[in-house]
Amino acid sequence: MYGGGYIFDEPNKRQLKDEQLHDDPEKLAAFEARIARGEKIEPGDWMPSEYRRQLIRLIEQHAHSEIIGALPEGTWITRAPGFKRKLALIAKVQDEIGHGQLLYNAAETLGKSREAMINDLLSGKSKYSNVFNYPAETWADVTVIGFLIDAAAIVNQVANAKGSYGPYCRALERICYEESFHLKQGHDAFIELATGTPAQRAMLQDALNRWWQPIMHFFGPPDKSSVHSEKLMQWKVKMASNDEMRNQFLDTYVPKIWELGLSLPDPALRKNDSTGKWEFSDPDWELFKKVINGGGPCNKERLNVRKWAEEHGRWVRKALMHPGEKITAPAA
Amino acid sequence: MENNQSLDPRVNRLQLSISGDPVVVRDGENWNVFEVFHQEKRGAHHEHVGCVHAPNAQLALVFAKEQFGRRKKCVNLWVVRSADILAFNTEDEDMFANNLEKTYRDASGFKVMEKINRYKKSGKE
Repeated sequence: MYGGGYIFDEPNKRQLKDEQLHDDPEKLAAFEARIARGEKIEPGDWMPSEYRRQLIRLIEQHAHSEIIGALPEGTWITRAPGFKRKLALIAKVQDEIGHGQLLYNAAETLGKSREAMINDLLSGKSKYSNVFNYPAETWADVTVIGFLIDAAAIVNQVANAKGSYGPYCRALERICYEESFHLKQGHDAFIELATGTPAQRAMLQDALNRWWQPIMHFFGPPDKSSVHSEKLMQWKVKMASNDEMRNQFLDTYVPKIWELGLSLPDPALRKNDSTGKWEFSDPDWELFKKVINGGGPCNKERLNVRKWAEEHGRWVRKALMHPGEKITAPAA
Repeated sequence: MENNQSLDPRVNRLQLSISGDPVVVRDGENWNVFEVFHQEKRGAHHEHVGCVHAPNAQLALVFAKEQFGRRKKCVNLWVVRSADILAFNTEDEDMFANNLEKTYRDASGFKVMEKINRYKKSGKE
């Protein structure tokens, strides 16, 4: 998974300041021409300071989402129904942690250390995808996450893989390859419940009802109310708008849910055939803000589990440390 | 919903963060960076695939196996400290710009058939 479709930024930082757009006019023009030609930017290249800041934020949040995203599913490994499901879930959770590491490495090439990123996660300064602040109450929740949250993340990651920063694109290429297994195993587990006994279908319908709002939140606020910068699109940091990605997701996956006789808890959800766009009731964006800022059902637990892991793994890391070693960022 | 009780009994048993002290990861605690090169089959080149954090080369190999050797075919991996990679500055890439103009270094830069045909033609007349 698990790139949140939505990059969180403090509201007062969303607008680019003038001087940030004018680092050095000549270098900026060459940089923008390179991106316009479809070339990738590499770690040693000159880049505007705002490009660097936004990319660190984007890749770091993506990395945190992978690490935290493994937790709601990880708690189900011991309770997965059957040996095959258990093996698949272990493999998937291991993949997510691996993705986190690939992404931390990509962000490190921009000059922020992995330790600094982890500290910002633990202190609450850095965010991660909002959906992981909700609990996985039943096995059906795990199938909804594995199918629909992964699907939403893939929409986002496939778009980002066409972005302008080389190390991020290379990490995403590998991630997307592994994601195809995640989506398939999630779909398989989802279908098993959807085509199973009345009790299994009821459990799946209940999970869908609870996850629909977080899924609608996944791609972030609608374009009309989100201040997204034209610059970030031009620099190929942001590759598609929130509404475009949400619409693409709905277009592919709502029919796959409806064809199984399952419902979604939004009577207004329909495709407008004349515009080709999906229509839906506005999700509760106040709730979204509240959950991102720590007020969700699981925010505290997620970070506490992460802190516990850091605290209890410390003696191992410390025993292997080389005091005085000069740390080098990844080469590419 | 109440935050303090997890749905996962294992999480509850950990009695998380009772002290409430902030956890800070110190600089260098995640060790150093090693670049990883992957060989897909015997006889193929090792190709750069990414990097891992590790305290030494031996553990870097172990982590590289987990990260880059668990899916696709793999027969061998190399690791090398990122600090030991020497590379040209990416801004100097124009030094390679005229490679394609050096046709005397390329098989396509030598055309003999025209001369052979001309010779054969002249011999017949």
